[in-house]
Amino acid sequence: MEVSVTVNGEVRTADVEPRTLLAHFLRDDLGLTGTNIGCDTSSCGACTVLVNGRSAKSCTMLAVQADGAEVTTIEGLAGENGLHPMQEAFHECHALQCGYCTPGMVMAAVSLVDEYSDLDADGVREGLEGNLCRCTGYQNIVKAVMAASE
Amino acid sequence: MIPAAVGYVRADSAQAAVAALGEHGDEAKLLAGGQSLIPLMRLRLARPSMLVDVGRADDLRGISIDGDAVSIGALTSHSDLEHSADLVAACPLLAHVASQVGDPAVRHRGTLGGSLAHADPASDLPAAVLALGGTLVATGSGGSREIAATDFFTGFLESALAVDEVLTGVRVPVSTGGWSYQKFNRRAQDWAIVGVAVAEGGAGVSLVNMGSTPLRASAVEAAVAGGAGAADAAAVAVDGTEPPSDNNADPAYREHLVRVLTERALVAAGA
Ligand SMILES: Cc1cc2nc3c(=O)[nH]c(=O)nc-3n(C[C@H](O)[C@H](O)[C@H](O)COP(=O)(O)OP(=O)(O)OC[C@H]3O[C@@H](n4cnc5c(N)ncnc54)[C@H](O)[C@@H]3O)c2cc1C
Ligand code: FES
Ligand code: FES
Repeated sequence: MEVSVTVNGEVRTADVEPRTLLAHFLRDDLGLTGTNIGCDTSSCGACTVLVNGRSAKSCTMLAVQADGAEVTTIEGLAGENGLHPMQEAFHECHALQCGYCTPGMVMAAVSLVDEYSDLDADGVREGLEGNLCRCTGYQNIVKAVMAASE
Repeated sequence: MIPAAVGYVRADSAQAAVAALGEHGDEAKLLAGGQSLIPLMRLRLARPSMLVDVGRADDLRGISIDGDAVSIGALTSHSDLEHSADLVAACPLLAHVASQVGDPAVRHRGTLGGSLAHADPASDLPAAVLALGGTLVATGSGGSREIAATDFFTGFLESALAVDEVLTGVRVPVSTGGWSYQKFNRRAQDWAIVGVAVAEGGAGVSLVNMGSTPLRASAVEAAVAGGAGAADAAAVAVDGTEPPSDNNADPAYREHLVRVLTERALVAAGA
């Protein structure tokens, strides 16, 4: 089936099988390998992208469901003036070690800060509960998201 | 894993979905938010031959309040329930329970109708609709019908819906009396090991993950109606339950938990 998805501001059209996960469409059809896949159970959040501005697990969505939607991946976050403030904050606060969870973590955090106003550290922890990090212990991730939300 | 090969059609209204289900038989599955169905398909625990995607059926989305009834379209997302100022005012229990489902990404896509139709005894929203004494509205080839929430959940992951029926909406009463939702889990974003929902100061009480279906705690409701205090009413929370055994807990632990959580919920709801 032909799908047409606006990915990082550019309309991308491809012929996909209905069973194709959005994560595979992004990685394999479009070559956008910044979106990682970390599990088979929709639990880790490494695959998180924005669909029409809100976080979604791209492993738990079919490419055909995204037909006509706007998708933003980590590759599309930085603007002409450089890194997105959330990326900048992750960098400044040393909010990553191996980096595997980072693209999904950053996308989830961008959506979280946009969706909930007045987040405190507990709210950030709870809001990122769908994103697992095996390295950092979360401390600096929470710091980064708090910094970016100010 | 990648799901098994599957056909795909879009149905942009309840009528179109009923027609598509009729055409493709019982190997067809409705796809709403996909937050239960796609994980099952990835694990190949579900292998439908045809998906009928109702995700664009905008007539099935939305929250409206008319007098003392709140009507919610089946396609309304958990996130829309959580953030609806109207719902927070008219039925705070339902809005709060929606905010406790999974994580934000799951709530953006998962729908109320999908959660009810999936009929998982460990899910949060079915318990809220049960405690509120809600009514579900379904449309099939024979027309529309209403199903009381108490009659809807017929077995583990089984509901009263016929194979060609689409859940179109849910009605709950405006409910601003004392309420509480106690969800106990050990891992982030997880389902409840046990959960207890209380509406209207204990007039409606329901239990999560205490049997093969979401359960209404009739014994607790009767005790509250008879004037029992929270502790005494909570003591009968185990009546009529058949708690499952899994990695998280054995039945005895769940029986203990349900008494503790019921008492907390009743106290919080002012019973
Ligand atoms: C990581 C993760 C964590 C989660 N945590 C929780 C949690 O803590 N608590 C909780 O309650 N849930 C949890 N869920 C499940 C989530 O709430 C699902 O959104 C919900 O159970 C299903 O809704 P859906 O719209 O995604 O349905 P889908 O997955 O699209 O469909 C589910 C089933 O319902 C049927 N169906 C869907 N819509 C209709 C309709 N209108 N009429 C008839 N049948 C229909 C489908 O055919 C399918 O069989 C979690 C999910 C994930 C991925
Ligand atoms: S890959 Fe783990 S949640 Fe999507
Ligand atoms: S930085 Fe390694 S998993 Fe998060």
